Amino acid sequence: MKKALVPILAVIAIAAIVLCFVFNGQKGDVSKQLDEVKAQLTEATGLKEAAEAAKTELEGKVAEMESKLAESSKPMTHDEFIAAELDSPVVIEAYVQANQSWWDGKIKLYLQDENNGAYFVYDLACTEEEAAKLAVPGTKVRISGVKAEWSGEVEIIDATYEIIATPYIAEPEDVTALLGTDELINHMNEKVAFRGLKVAPSKVEGKDDEFPFLYAWDGSGSRESNSDLYFNVEKDGQIYTFTVESYLCGAVTEVYAAVEELKIGDTIDCEGFLYWYNGANPHITGVTVTAPAAAE
Amino acid sequence: MKKRITAILLLICLLFALSGCHGKQSRSGFAVPTHFDDQTPVEIVFWAKNDTNKNQVAVYQQAIDGFQALYPNVTVNMRLYTDYGRIYNDVITNISTNTTPNVCITYPDHIATYLTGSNTVAALDDLMDDPRFGLGGSEVRFDAPKKEEIVPEFLRECMIGEHTYAMPYMRSTEALYINEDYVRKLGYEVPETPTWDFIWEVSEKAMEQDENGLFKVNGQKVLIPFIYKSTDNMMISMLKQLDAPYSTDAGEILIFNDTTKALLEEIYIHGKSRAFSTFAISGYPGNFLNAGQCIFAIDSTAGATWMGSEAPMMDIHEEQVVPFHTRVTMIPQFHPDKPKMISQGPSVCVFSKENDQEVLASWLFVQYLLSNGIQLGYAETEGYLPVTKKALESDEYTDYLTRAGEDNKEHYRVKIEASRLLMENTENTFVTPVFNGSASLRAAAGQLIENTVKGARRKQEMNDAFIKKTFDEVRSLYRLDQIGNTAEREGDQAAAEKSNPLPTESVVLLIAVPCIWILLIAYKLWEKKKAQGSH
Repeated sequence: MKKALVPILAVIAIAAIVLCFVFNGQKGDVSKQLDEVKAQLTEATGLKEAAEAAKTELEGKVAEMESKLAESSKPMTHDEFIAAELDSPVVIEAYVQANQSWWDGKIKLYLQDENNGAYFVYDLACTEEEAAKLAVPGTKVRISGVKAEWSGEVEIIDATYEIIATPYIAEPEDVTALLGTDELINHMNEKVAFRGLKVAPSKVEGKDDEFPFLYAWDGSGSRESNSDLYFNVEKDGQIYTFTVESYLCGAVTEVYAAVEELKIGDTIDCEGFLYWYNGANPHITGVTVTAPAAAE
Repeated sequence: MKKRITAILLLICLLFALSGCHGKQSRSGFAVPTHFDDQTPVEIVFWAKNDTNKNQVAVYQQAIDGFQALYPNVTVNMRLYTDYGRIYNDVITNISTNTTPNVCITYPDHIATYLTGSNTVAALDDLMDDPRFGLGGSEVRFDAPKKEEIVPEFLRECMIGEHTYAMPYMRSTEALYINEDYVRKLGYEVPETPTWDFIWEVSEKAMEQDENGLFKVNGQKVLIPFIYKSTDNMMISMLKQLDAPYSTDAGEILIFNDTTKALLEEIYIHGKSRAFSTFAISGYPGNFLNAGQCIFAIDSTAGATWMGSEAPMMDIHEEQVVPFHTRVTMIPQFHPDKPKMISQGPSVCVFSKENDQEVLASWLFVQYLLSNGIQLGYAETEGYLPVTKKALESDEYTDYLTRAGEDNKEHYRVKIEASRLLMENTENTFVTPVFNGSASLRAAAGQLIENTVKGARRKQEMNDAFIKKTFDEVRSLYRLDQIGNTAEREGDQAAAEKSNPLPTESVVLLIAVPCIWILLIAYKLWEKKKAQGSH
């Protein structure tokens, strides 16, 4: 019995020692784990705070951008449009005065507002059905596009539109006195009138014949081809070239026929849109002979 | 009575049999008539394109008058266009109502689309080779060129697949028109063959302004150093010069690749600085060049009469013109030792009609357009090249070329130099593959540049997202994802149509007629048997 007691006690002691180490180790792992978890919690808390700060900042930015968007969607005045940089986005509201015929998914519009702010919208994308609605004179539209300049003509391109009701048709402004002056350009794209101009001769290069008008700028066109009409008018000794743009007023219109009836020396009143192409190049929509040329 | 009924039935069957043999008249190929009917009046409609140039209209009218004098029963009604796009659209619209013109100025790209309609454009192979009415044929009433007298490269450009669908009318390429004075003022000399790097470098240098905001090189507020008229040609030419993909002959679209991306990134830089712009964005290059507001203007050699301070055609007021010396060179190159430039210019096609005499008259008129008088007259209105060796090698044309600079009209130096440019570089020209949709792909190529320059001007950032957006927008706008599929379907359709099946009516009749005969014979036999039985 006694002899067995020693080894038994030794085994128990050894086992106890071993178990102590084991439990101590486990306790150390748990403690380590606890420390790790605490560290993670700290980190997560920090992340949460950072996320909340970022969220607040982003909310601020969203609000700012929404405000800018609302601002940018707000239509600008004509003066603001004139002051805007080329190639900058613009939003305007105005009334359709006339259009060049729809073709290949696009239409060109002459617009003007009640304060004589005038615009030319180039190649506005729309279906033929939509074009029929846009082409109704007086239709109020909001145009969002980009301000551009092409051969001197300031226009709105790459635009989208929204139709708003309430028709308005501009009255033509008499700019006869501004012909040949630097102020004429301030009325670009407006519906304008010219009074008391005299039809001056047009010539085809290389020939001596004089014509009251030409089909196409150099006489190379024809009525059958629905060519533009070009005619010269004289005021105070200066000659100006006016155009009947055939996509605006084609061969079937009254003004086209009226220009074809002109004689050199006729005194006329006319009206149209003050288009610009390397200088004033009005697109004429109406002509009236107020005093025929004296018979020879 | 029975015999009478049998006889009537037989007669009806015989009539059906005769009509069944002919079936519906097919217009799948044009058979050259045995003779030209010069008694019956024929009217042909000719849709012609001119460059807003009254001299060209005069040449067309001269062609009509001359042709009608030789063929008095033929009346040619001309309708004038100044825009290829309009002709294209009008032809497409009129195909569906079978009211196409007889003869039309066109491009092979357009013909590929016209051919999607049934038997629209006449294949000209049989007409060309006909000994009587073919090219220079025995019964042609004027001195028409023979096939071998047409410049072969130009004739090949009018082939689609195995057939010739048009005749070349005039040929041109693009040229670089340079204000040499400004280049020198900037400290450079114009090389024999300008490179793209040279053009970009000089253009950027020219953007320097003084303290008043005026450009130093011209003392004006406005300067766009480099303007390209046709950006579709610009992209196509750049890709070709770099041997980069554009499309396969079958219509697989390959343009959206890394080379295109790199080109757009370069173009963006110069669009952003405003050193580069395009006709669509800013206006006609010639106007800016002549006003001293542009240094490098690229346009067709057919625009040469508008280029230069002494140009016979001007779209700006006299007081805006700034005098300078105009150099004419080929368009910029990536590899000056291997120059490449586009071959372009109007061709003329004939539309299929029910009346063979109308088609023959149209073909004869087309040949008249290839006669020397018309070729030389039209070519000399602009920097065009005649398409026949007969005209090119004529004394009149040789003399014309030697008189460059004698005056600023018919012998305007810039115009003649532009013509010479093409003459001396015919082997360096190329054309793009023609397939249904190739016109859309061409437009898309230009749109990539337009969108990039606009984006640069509007301060959009150039990065992969911009490129992707540009590619996607253009692909969608021109429906390029449908073109490859369409080309494949058309290949199958063409193969199926080759076997040329009979019309349905013919098939029905060919089945019905034998059946009726069988019934009749069976009835006769039955009657005979019945008769024998009764005996």
